[in-house]
Amino acid sequence: MSDVIRVDDLTFCYNGTTVLSDISLSIQSGDYLGIAGSNGSGKSTLIKNILGILQPSKGTVHLFGQPLSSFQQWQKIGYLPQRINALNYHFPCTVAEIVQMGIAKRNAAELQKTLRLMGIEHLSQKLIGELSYGEQQRMMLARALIRKPELLIFDEPTTALDPETRDVFYSITNDLNRDGTTVVLITHDTGIIGKYARHLLYLDKKVIFAGTFEDFCASPDMTGFFGSDSQHLICHQHDKMEIKL
Amino acid sequence: MELAHILNYDFVQRAFLAGMLIAAVSSILGVFLVLRRFSLIGDGLAHITFGSVAVVMLIGVSPLYITLAALPLVMVSSLAILKLTQSKRIQGDAAIGIVSSIGIAAGIVLVSLSNGYNVDLFSYLFGNILTVTQEELLLAFIVFLIVAATVIIFYDDFLAVTFDEELAKTMGVKTGRINTVLFLLTAVSAVLAMKVAGIMLVSAMLILPPLIALQLSLSFRMTIIASVIFSLLSVIFGILLAFLLNLPAGGTIVLLNIGFLLFVFVAKKILPAQR
Repeated sequence: MSDVIRVDDLTFCYNGTTVLSDISLSIQSGDYLGIAGSNGSGKSTLIKNILGILQPSKGTVHLFGQPLSSFQQWQKIGYLPQRINALNYHFPCTVAEIVQMGIAKRNAAELQKTLRLMGIEHLSQKLIGELSYGEQQRMMLARALIRKPELLIFDEPTTALDPETRDVFYSITNDLNRDGTTVVLITHDTGIIGKYARHLLYLDKKVIFAGTFEDFCASPDMTGFFGSDSQHLICHQHDKMEIKL
Repeated sequence: MELAHILNYDFVQRAFLAGMLIAAVSSILGVFLVLRRFSLIGDGLAHITFGSVAVVMLIGVSPLYITLAALPLVMVSSLAILKLTQSKRIQGDAAIGIVSSIGIAAGIVLVSLSNGYNVDLFSYLFGNILTVTQEELLLAFIVFLIVAATVIIFYDDFLAVTFDEELAKTMGVKTGRINTVLFLLTAVSAVLAMKVAGIMLVSAMLILPPLIALQLSLSFRMTIIASVIFSLLSVIFGILLAFLLNLPAGGTIVLLNIGFLLFVFVAKKILPAQR
């Protein structure tokens, strides 16, 4: 399988502070990677470096085998940023305009299908300011999904969603992953990672753990790092989750 | 004087045509600027225009070509503002303030070095649309074509950058290029708007029509169209009123814009929501 994302020795400094240090990782086509870590551990910063929003102080990023600097196939990537709460509430755009933004060949049927999938087909002509927070989040998810990307990157995607919509979202994501879409998910909810992701990357300004969730739970090093109670909590949170697929 | 008789004059026809072209350009660019919280850039560029006009006056450029001669300096300054706004150490509004102060300070010093404050400079400060030259009308037409074509061709890129610059980058939008184009076109628009409204009121031409349109809660495309319509209405009726009541055109146009804004604002409060 080919690398969808490859990061080599990435370091990112901001105002003299090292935010990420010597990160190396590779994500293969069809993988489902969960990225976890406490607040300020550099999860979102890593993704922003991978996507070229921030410039690494050191190191390289390759997307789909190409160096980031010359990467052009952005239609292969669907990204949902964390800071949906920073949306301009008065921005004069309808849901349809936002979801179809950047799509060369617009297809009304495809738009309706994607909106229906997210349960917001009745809101297509509503302005952003007329939506609830959860509806805005679903609109942004629809925007990420409509291009049928090969790589989906979600940064805390279900923060504002009710449990039912959250389950629908993860069910859709899981189906897409089964069909070959690579998924990278940043979340505090390790239960979600345990339930859906095949691999876990645990960050604390550097890579604390990279491997399968099972290896994470069996690792004595991680027991040493987290303490046995915390590790047990992380590893067995998903056991209690009700599966609604 | 009869209106039909007034409209026969070449300089009046030029005033209407140039005013409408500049109104359209300013109101289109203004939508992007207002939504990106760059409303004050018009003010900053107007002040730079003041300094630039002072420079070209000092050099001794013919009054007919002062607008054209001031353009390069204002365009370079717009890129300086862009660079400063991207600096992590300086806030965007502070960056505009810095460049704005340089423009005004340099203008005052240079004017005092030449002939002191004179009539020509005051016509730039407060605008005189009746003095629009054939060359300026041609420039306004070219700029209108460039702005219209740029926004139509790169509509999605402009929308994406305006909505969320970081997200736009992940869509492959060359955000740096879009910002550069937006700032350069705004610089040209500010210099041209100086002839209509004067340096003191350039920012009003950029800010007010989009603000009126934004009150109407329309889609993005319709907001741009509404902004252009309000801008055209204010320029057409502003110039007409200025002729009929012997008022300065620049101030009348801006006051009409304010009138439209108040009307829409009050109507929105009174009328029940239609959606």
